[in-house]
Amino acid sequence: MSGDVNGGEVSPGEAQLAISGVSKHFGGVRAVEAVTLSVRSGELISVIGPNGAGKTSLLNMISGFYRPDTGNIVFAGKDITGARPSHVAALGIARTFQNIALFAGMTVLDNIMLGRHVHMKAGVLSSFIYWGLAQKEEIAHRARAEELIELLELEDLRKQPTSGLAYGLRKRVELARALALDPKLLLLDEPMGGMNQEEKEDMARFVLDVNQQWGTTVILIEHDMAVVMDISDRVAVLDRGRKIAEGSPGEVQRHPDVIRAYLGTAKERREAAAA
Amino acid sequence: MFHRESGVFKTSYAADMALYPLPIAKWAVAAFAGLFIVIVPLTLGEYYVSILNLILIAIVGALGLNVLVGYTGQISIGHGAFMSVGAYTAANLVVRLDAPFWVTIPAGGLMAALIGAVVGIPSLRIKGIYLAIATLAAQLIIEWTINHVPAISGGVQASIQVPRPSFFGVQLKSQTQLYLFLMGFAVLAIVGTSNLVRSRIGRAFIAVRDQDIAAEIIGISTFRYKLIAFAISSFYAGVTGVLYTYYLGIANYEQFQLTVSIDYLAMIIIGGLGSILGSIFGAAFVTLLPIVTRWFLESFGGLIFSAADLANIIPNLRLILFGGLIIFFLVVEPEGLNRLWRNIRNYFRVWPFSY
Ligand SMILES: Nc1ncnc2c1ncn2[C@@H]1O[C@H](COP(=O)(O)OP(=O)(O)OP(=O)(O)O)[C@@H](O)[C@H]1O
Ligand SMILES: [Mg+2]
Repeated sequence: MSGDVNGGEVSPGEAQLAISGVSKHFGGVRAVEAVTLSVRSGELISVIGPNGAGKTSLLNMISGFYRPDTGNIVFAGKDITGARPSHVAALGIARTFQNIALFAGMTVLDNIMLGRHVHMKAGVLSSFIYWGLAQKEEIAHRARAEELIELLELEDLRKQPTSGLAYGLRKRVELARALALDPKLLLLDEPMGGMNQEEKEDMARFVLDVNQQWGTTVILIEHDMAVVMDISDRVAVLDRGRKIAEGSPGEVQRHPDVIRAYLGTAKERREAAAA
Repeated sequence: MFHRESGVFKTSYAADMALYPLPIAKWAVAAFAGLFIVIVPLTLGEYYVSILNLILIAIVGALGLNVLVGYTGQISIGHGAFMSVGAYTAANLVVRLDAPFWVTIPAGGLMAALIGAVVGIPSLRIKGIYLAIATLAAQLIIEWTINHVPAISGGVQASIQVPRPSFFGVQLKSQTQLYLFLMGFAVLAIVGTSNLVRSRIGRAFIAVRDQDIAAEIIGISTFRYKLIAFAISSFYAGVTGVLYTYYLGIANYEQFQLTVSIDYLAMIIIGGLGSILGSIFGAAFVTLLPIVTRWFLESFGGLIFSAADLANIIPNLRLILFGGLIIFFLVVEPEGLNRLWRNIRNYFRVWPFSY
């Protein structure tokens, strides 16, 4: 791990997650280009940027879906560069997806119970026998699942298959499943995308609660600037794969490169709409 | 069983998670078990009990294949061969070491599990039709190996005589005795599989089947669980092979060829993928269908066909019926017989309050 942390306020020693110089290219597309970012334990940091800036690709490298072309990622002192997603999850990094990845045929409850997987121990034989060890474990973890159901106000839906739920509710179930891992670090990819104002406020409140009450570190990708500026401790801005700014919400908003990146895309959008 | 939900309230998580959450279902299961364990073997003749025995054996194999195909979403056309691995493991143990059934059955299962897990390794990289072909290759390689290695197959005919198992010193000579013996394993497989699929391991299987990316993100190694599914499923197949060997009195690789793999796939497709009850229905249906059609044609076919034609029609009709049924269930009713049963049951579920 090198010491060249942009932004300066975080020294690498106390970083829970240290991303150093990671890049990911797809053919000619530089999805992520030499990004360095440190996240302290308990922090709520937002990653923003125009469409295609590389935000999701960055999360994919942290959670193990993409192997970085260059650079490395260290979590809680362990190098997780290129580790398998299931391994990363077992270390305590949970995640939700931009386009929701629930088990559609399963109930809300089963989805959340699956989130407990890494904390449960029943093997093939004790599952086969069930009565005794496996049953005791099911009951204990069911209690934890019920806590999350209560926290996210999903009581009426626990036995519903997730496929039938409204979009906003499915996002909430996905958050519940991620929280069921009792993660140390939570990666949220546009958890409020496609929601109405009221749903957004609910979701923002859940995320803040988790961050503040449990001290869970959160990396949030979000397009809604009002929400981002409201709840983030720190904001990092990506544009065309590069990190162009990092700092407090206020600092970032005034940063000339950020203003240019956003106005630029707004202008391009107008041109595209006009064409 | 018939479920009636009206007026039942659950007060603990344990009650909510019970296998049969409604009291009436427990009684129905008990009555059903009594019927099959006591009354059936006492009243039916040896011939009919021998058919039931074939069904009991098939239930074990169908449950195992359903764990892999129905619950985990992988495919195997090699299960016939995995059964033969169990069969020859047991036969060799019996002939060489005079091993009792409580050694041969787990040993046959474990050997098949080991080989099944190895065959499952490609499932990390390949899916669907390619995995089907890889397991088909395994079927043929195992068939060939058994047939050509005398140390396994016992020589010229590639078959080994195996005496009926003994239970507390009593050899199970009659079909009725064998029935009770096989019933024990069928019940164990049914209850065990029901438990498996409702707890941690089974949920992980379903997760791998439905959404492998989401499975990984919550810490389920898809590779690991695919291999576990292959191993468990092949274990059942190995046990099925041992039971069948005891039933026949001989281990013979011709009893475990490709058509057997396909019969078992037919069972779970017709019965219902990812369903315990479906596996049971399918095992019964696929076992009975050729017997019933043969009986029907032998009884009434003479009215239409000549005796020579009939001899041609009977074996082919079986293939035609299976082919037709598999296509019907895949296209029209992918949830199989189990779905038809559920429709009937749901009608009674909240009876008398149908709305
Ligand atoms: N698997 C992939 N194969 C090819 N190109 C990819 C892949 N993943 C991402 N990209 C490309 O990398 C660039 C960054 O994509 P990414 O999804 O990370 O952006 P984003 O910031 O999450 O955008 P959005 O706000 O639209 O979600 C895009 O040009 C995208 O097309
Ligand atoms: Mg994205």
